[in-house]
Amino acid sequence: MKHLLDTVSLSRDEAISILDIAEEMTQVSEREVKKLPVLRGRTVVNLFFEDSTRTRLSFEAAAKRLSADVLNFSAKGSSVSKGESLQDTIQTISAMGADALVVRHSGAGTPHRLAHTGWIDVPVVNAGDGTHEHPTQALLDAFTLRRALGGFPASGAVKDGPRGRGLDGAKVAIVGDILHSRVARSNVHLLSRLAAEVHLVAPPTLLPWGVETWPVTLHYDLDEALRSEDFAAVMMLRVQHERMHESFFPNEREYARLWGLSAARLAGLPEETFIMHPGPMNRGFEISAAAADSPRALVLDQVENGVSVRMAVLYRLLTGREETND
Amino acid sequence: MTDYLIRGADVLGRGAADIAIRNSTIVDPELLDPTSSDVEVIDAGGLVALPGLVDMHTHLREPGKEDAETILTGSRSAAAGGFTCVHAMANTAPVADTAGVVEQVHRLGRTAGFTEVVPIGAVTIGLAGEQLAELGAMARSAARVRMFSDDGICVSDPLLMRRALEYVKTFDGVIAQHAQEPRLTEGAQMNEGVVSAELGLPGWPAVAEESIIARDVLLAEHVGSRLHVCHVSTAGSVDLIRWAKSRGINVTAEVTPHHLMLTDELVRTFDPVYKVNPPLRTDADISALREALADGTIDVVGTDHAPHTAEHKCSEWTAAAMGMVGMETALPIVVEAMRDYDFDFGDLARVMSSSPARITGASGHGSLEVGASANIVLIDPNSAHSIVPDDHATKGRNNPFAGLEVKTTITDTFFYGHRVLAGGELSTPHPAGASWTDQ
Repeated sequence: MKHLLDTVSLSRDEAISILDIAEEMTQVSEREVKKLPVLRGRTVVNLFFEDSTRTRLSFEAAAKRLSADVLNFSAKGSSVSKGESLQDTIQTISAMGADALVVRHSGAGTPHRLAHTGWIDVPVVNAGDGTHEHPTQALLDAFTLRRALGGFPASGAVKDGPRGRGLDGAKVAIVGDILHSRVARSNVHLLSRLAAEVHLVAPPTLLPWGVETWPVTLHYDLDEALRSEDFAAVMMLRVQHERMHESFFPNEREYARLWGLSAARLAGLPEETFIMHPGPMNRGFEISAAAADSPRALVLDQVENGVSVRMAVLYRLLTGREETND
Repeated sequence: MTDYLIRGADVLGRGAADIAIRNSTIVDPELLDPTSSDVEVIDAGGLVALPGLVDMHTHLREPGKEDAETILTGSRSAAAGGFTCVHAMANTAPVADTAGVVEQVHRLGRTAGFTEVVPIGAVTIGLAGEQLAELGAMARSAARVRMFSDDGICVSDPLLMRRALEYVKTFDGVIAQHAQEPRLTEGAQMNEGVVSAELGLPGWPAVAEESIIARDVLLAEHVGSRLHVCHVSTAGSVDLIRWAKSRGINVTAEVTPHHLMLTDELVRTFDPVYKVNPPLRTDADISALREALADGTIDVVGTDHAPHTAEHKCSEWTAAAMGMVGMETALPIVVEAMRDYDFDFGDLARVMSSSPARITGASGHGSLEVGASANIVLIDPNSAHSIVPDDHATKGRNNPFAGLEVKTTITDTFFYGHRVLAGGELSTPHPAGASWTDQ
């Protein structure tokens, strides 16, 4: 594995191997000195053409816990806003010496392009590209699910964690704006690769054309979906407020009424169903405060696991496979 | 000017014959004395002779974007591709929406002397879709414009489209429509289908093309005008055009070489060389387009040759410009695309020469009959080679067929009797320049 650009090309074995390395990485955060010396002297560049404080901080924390140096580049205030081309930006960064690029961009495919044009020859990690993919988010979701469904603490260090396993047979519902969600796309590929059964619940306007070809079960009606299936987890997606101005749905009230995880719907869920959200949440819109704050919500575990998973990805890409088996 | 005696070429694939050229005109071979020093004899055994190709859809970029292409470089590219006539789209800077601009383009084409450059006038001022440009003035200018198009932008206002269709009846003009419903394609980056769903790139649905074609053929029927549909790209569009023709509606249609050959699966590479408008579609669309070209539902091949500078293509997908070059590869690609269809060299001449010449009124082109202007192309149908964009005469390097193996080579182009391409090499321009408007 040279780059992590998407989950669609990740094999089950590769995915499980990253999740297993992430299990090791959770041990680091328990130490008094929360650092491993494995990437000492290496430079990880966070190249964020689109604002995302959470994801950037998570990658920064991950790189620093592996003792790497971190350079943060954000497009705002840089020459990109003055019309510098992507090629010039990348070659400039390459000249400064980067050992890995973590790329967030508003256009689908940009990390893929950086990995394949020859402008720079370092591993590229996709930190979210347009509405294409967000592979580390899907990996951290899978990690969190694997913990929670295996009866382990959903985050933190666990001595004998659920290593070597997939998510075989787990029913996971992803609810909301699938069309504009890179998180949904990455999760659909990864969760089904790990043999989970993926269900998508959304108004037809927020499902991509051709979604019937995906390895998923589709529902337009959230109540009917919750009635007919016992989900191991329900993953709520963030819905942008501006979508209603583009006529994807009439207004927030109607959306919340039909597709939001309200207190009533929360009360109707089976005891063992977990609630997930990639954040940031729109409380009262796609998710109620009652659901967001309930003990079965894994939202903060997802954030915590994000650091371990990103440590695993950087470690895997920057050190090579042999060392990971030591 | 030198007289030419082209010996033994397979004329239109109907068998070997001689073609003679004297004073820019095709003459009876008996009239030329092959031993005379004024006559150059060309042994064309193994080559196929077709009337010089006519491209209804070319972007030459001049005036305004001379870093991407000039009328001279575009004309040389045309000659290398076997085109003796190209129609230059109006989306230049300034836009070709006045008699002044179209006359300038026409004059620059004559000066270049490698192909006949026929300007296409804009339908609306500045391609803005609000007010008709001076279509009459352009039609009556020295360039004698007959075809009008806002190509790149759809004339989406139905009333304006109706008026344009009606107005050009004054001079037997034709409106060439870029069929793209703008609201259905806001922010579109590629064909809307299973690939766009996976890649998360905003989709350009087939219905955005088809709904405009459906509207326009009905308008053309209602007002009794001529409509030409540019770069048809979907199976549904083919059905609509077939239906319109069966009703006797005066509509013609065009397909590009790339829409006959490439699909949206290529977008998975995120390489902007595959970014084009309308976008690359699916295998099913390709089959429908090939069938329609073979059965005459689609009348012509137009290249939509769209050169871009490297900086507009060496970028991320979403920032890249749309468009592909293609004059130098059009004929070899069409031959490959149509290999499995009932489609011979006569058909090739029909869709790439005589039909486009008839539609646009470029009367100096499209025929190998004695008495016709000597616009001729010779091709070698058995000369396998792979496509190398860096070797091309166009400034544009955005050719999507790089590395593809094709069987056909364009060896010679005669432009009003002057051999502008000789043995696969560009030679000298026509000394006087030439145009059907001289006749």
